[in-house]
Amino acid sequence: MAQKEIEVILARQLAEYLALPIFIVDPNGDLIYYNEPAEEILGSRFEETGPISANNLAGIFKTLDQDGTPLKSSKLPLVKALVNKQPSHGSLWIEGLDGKLRKIAVTAFPIIGQAQRFLGAIAIFWEVPK
Amino acid sequence: MKVSLWGTRGSLATPGPETLEFGGNTSCVAIEGSEDTIIVLDAGTGIRKLGQHLPDTIKRVYILLTHLHMDHLQGLPFFAPLRREGVEVHIWGPASTTRGLRSRLLRYLSPPLFPISVREILSDLHFHELPSGTIGIREFEVTAQMIIHPNPTVGYCIKDQGHAVTYLPDHEPALGVKSFPIGEDWTSGYKLAEGADLLIHDSQYTIEEYEQRVGFGHSCLNHAFRFGQLTQVKEFVPFHHDPAHTDQMLESMISKTVEDLQPDYVVTPGKEGTVINVGG
Repeated sequence: MAQKEIEVILARQLAEYLALPIFIVDPNGDLIYYNEPAEEILGSRFEETGPISANNLAGIFKTLDQDGTPLKSSKLPLVKALVNKQPSHGSLWIEGLDGKLRKIAVTAFPIIGQAQRFLGAIAIFWEVPK
Repeated sequence: MKVSLWGTRGSLATPGPETLEFGGNTSCVAIEGSEDTIIVLDAGTGIRKLGQHLPDTIKRVYILLTHLHMDHLQGLPFFAPLRREGVEVHIWGPASTTRGLRSRLLRYLSPPLFPISVREILSDLHFHELPSGTIGIREFEVTAQMIIHPNPTVGYCIKDQGHAVTYLPDHEPALGVKSFPIGEDWTSGYKLAEGADLLIHDSQYTIEEYEQRVGFGHSCLNHAFRFGQLTQVKEFVPFHHDPAHTDQMLESMISKTVEDLQPDYVVTPGKEGTVINVGG
């Protein structure tokens, strides 16, 4: 397996110590790491699933707007951060593997390393109290 | 390739009777290739003596800096070829996100930190920035990659005629890892060191010292040895010794780690003056 770039390795190491759920995706949108708090929302452990491709990710949990309409992937902050290479923020509803509907806020930003190397994006998210 | 260790000490030059065997000069390694080209790795205080040994007729010098901390830079203005008119000196090293290599180097090569400015250097200086990627330098193929150490830092893998030397003098691959190593793809420096004929690696601390200095950017000998095992190198040189470690302590640390971990590669203590032939 190819070694990750140093900025991505450091991002994972920081994520492992933070209490907020965090996703790290590569430039293709494949989920290459999620931390323990994010495991609770995904309903599975990273050590068990390993990386999850962007295509499979969409099938793991549904994203909905406030009216319950499925969100297009282009409206998701993480996808916006990847595509536009700019930070993005938004609120949405998700239905995880446990079938529960949760309102979450998401802040995502691109990983742009030394010499402007584009390496993926990071999403930090948290449940918004109803 | 002929690999010569001109400075193996970390952080601060440490001359004195207690460091005579391992040496007191800071990081500098020279690699002589199959067509006699010489690449200089880092410009710690060891580079001064190297400069004295290079022939006066040398017309082109290649210096690869891993980063710009003082112990890797302090010898640069004392490197004889730099003061000779007509010598082409190529310096590679990392930029930061906002400042180029030349501008960053000038912070040291200018008053009040140093009396002579870069404009007064007689040789023909060329600066090249390389955060990552592969370049050709005469008979060498040089790959650089960012590695874990405070401030932009690269490691190097230098190949010639199918043989590889990897140089990671300041490197903390175990930073934040609960049980090191966690795997090839998530280990800093892995790609540079994988299967290398010779690995020169940061081994600054004992494991007890490391626990007090996590995040300083250096490795303990135990982690360095494990990194060598993970990357399946053929020969390993513990390098960048702590200024507080005497010859006696270093001998004892290295022999104990060899005994504990039983590495399946050759261990050559990083002593100033050591010459290693890689690939015959």
